[in-house]
Amino acid sequence: MEKFVTLTSTVVPLPIQNIDTDQIIPARFLKSISRENFGKKLFYDWRYDNNGRLISSFVLNDAFHKKSKILVVGENFGSGSSREHAVWAIADYGFKVIISSFFADIFKNNAMNNFVLPIVVSKDFLSKIFVSINQDSKMTLTVDLKNQLIINNFTKQSKNFVIKPFKKECFLNGFDNIDYLLSKKNKIIEYEHRCEY
Amino acid sequence: MGQTLFEKILNKHIVTNIEDDLSQLYIDRMYCHEVTSPQAFDGLRKRGLNVFRPDKIVCIPDHNIPTQGQNLFVKDTISKKQIDILDKNVNEFGIKHYYPMCHDFNGITHVVGPELGFSLPGMTIVCGDSHTSTHGALGAMAFGIGTSDVEMVLATQCMFFSHPKTMRIVVNGRLNPGVTSKDVALYIISKVTTGWATGYFVEYAGETIKNLSMESRLTLCNLSIEMGAIGGIIAPDEITFEYIKNCQFAPKGKDLEKYLNIWTKLKTDDGAYFDKEIVFDASKIEPMVTYGTNPGMGIGINDAIPTIENVKKASQISFFKALKYMNFKPGERILGKPVDYIFLGSCTNGRIEDFRTFSNFVKGKKKSKNVVAWLVPGSWKVEKQIREEGLNKILNDSGFEVRQPGCSACLAMNEDKIPNGKYVVSTSNRNFEGRQGEGARTILSGVLVAAAASVTGEITDPRTI
Repeated sequence: MEKFVTLTSTVVPLPIQNIDTDQIIPARFLKSISRENFGKKLFYDWRYDNNGRLISSFVLNDAFHKKSKILVVGENFGSGSSREHAVWAIADYGFKVIISSFFADIFKNNAMNNFVLPIVVSKDFLSKIFVSINQDSKMTLTVDLKNQLIINNFTKQSKNFVIKPFKKECFLNGFDNIDYLLSKKNKIIEYEHRCEY
Repeated sequence: MGQTLFEKILNKHIVTNIEDDLSQLYIDRMYCHEVTSPQAFDGLRKRGLNVFRPDKIVCIPDHNIPTQGQNLFVKDTISKKQIDILDKNVNEFGIKHYYPMCHDFNGITHVVGPELGFSLPGMTIVCGDSHTSTHGALGAMAFGIGTSDVEMVLATQCMFFSHPKTMRIVVNGRLNPGVTSKDVALYIISKVTTGWATGYFVEYAGETIKNLSMESRLTLCNLSIEMGAIGGIIAPDEITFEYIKNCQFAPKGKDLEKYLNIWTKLKTDDGAYFDKEIVFDASKIEPMVTYGTNPGMGIGINDAIPTIENVKKASQISFFKALKYMNFKPGERILGKPVDYIFLGSCTNGRIEDFRTFSNFVKGKKKSKNVVAWLVPGSWKVEKQIREEGLNKILNDSGFEVRQPGCSACLAMNEDKIPNGKYVVSTSNRNFEGRQGEGARTILSGVLVAAAASVTGEITDPRTI
């Protein structure tokens, strides 16, 4: 897997709370049997009208944001369905980092498993990012995973963020989860001797 | 200090501790359906791995399957492909328990698992589906996972687990007539909001919960995810054990006695610590409906939608967006609003008790001509019971038809889509934008409110007719 390095990027803002995974990718697009090409369907019903035309007022359709690698969203992002397709769509579209004041648990875990970094910041820090973007849509954020630091380059404000040490190592080194679990096979078999079911 | 029920099950299933609050967790039972498993099986194939414990996996197609003419063919070719791929994966990887479309044991995973006895107290249970929380009603630690986790469990019967905080939700007192466990869940979520329990594993307790039937408990635990909880659990008791005794694949005889010994110890110790605890009074709960686009946007059936002054500033954008989508106004009442469709079914309310409740209510009444009603049993077993108990006769006499089992209009992946702009009173679990069809407007409710709407053609308090 690709290793995560320090990232500086412009930002796509979606200051809406409780964005569920049905919005990130509607269920009718889940019929694929591969993990690829979901980016085209990201936020489909917010991006396109009933005739399949782009809705120009939706932020993701702003040409300027095509290269943004950071998505900043209202609290409880990714609630609802456990569909990992939501993260596949976000990753395939090109986002590497998502920032909010909190994420739905399954979504957050799915993001981690796909090397999309979910960063939890305070409500205050989050609202300042939205205010900064309002003042300068070209503003950037810097994410320094090694030092667990997020920097708002518009306000020069920086904050530490939390990540479990194991998960951090996985991101920094591109470690594979299944390889790790397979390496513990003797422990699993040992466990099964005391397993009730 | 004592342990909570959740902690007891968690601690018993830790294979290795990776760091504080992160462990390698052993999974006793995994369910797979056709939508979130193909990429996981494919991952195994690419790595040249087998399924580690094929006897611990249960595979059931449910999301895509038609609810009419199932025995003929699946018209949607892409749906058919997903269903066929599950079949291929089951055969290739030697999965032991597989119930394809039209099999006597097919149905919605979260209905079939408990009713067949595949989900038992004290188990760790996962599925690539957020409503896996349902199985917590049996006293299991059950939660939804993504496809990458499904792949890990297929490969090793283990996954990484970040330990959540613990919460106890206590409901005391007697429920008012006309109030169901669905109303209890919608009431709680409306009070705490949809993301409130994020990061927590919930235990439900109190007199009200103890008095719920197994089916009603399954409904309640099913909706734990709608307040953001990782899962919801209820300590197993006589009601649980009685239910399990009648399940086909549950332990029997001496085996059962051995397990009953273990299961009776599955409860939270006195003095155990919860990170959060909240108490509700059952007598305050009315039949509930939702007015917005997440399950937390709920009100009592006779109440009005909040006015803007009563909505937190940070939530106002979402509030207006939701009302615009629903074409409702702040401050107005839902009661009396016309209804186009009703949907009885899903892993929330597709069980036999739900069909009994619905049938009893509509008995001797007629379905409104303005309403299209989709009644979808949660499984073939439920469908059979409906016929055996004569409920289909009551329903037919009142102008209703019972369809074939599946997830159906809950997420509209098959043909059962609510048309653009139409209102549906739905006994399912999510009122998200587009969830039940592009532009579909969902009002979530319990079975009785849906039954009342199906008769009157408008949102109606079931206690008034």
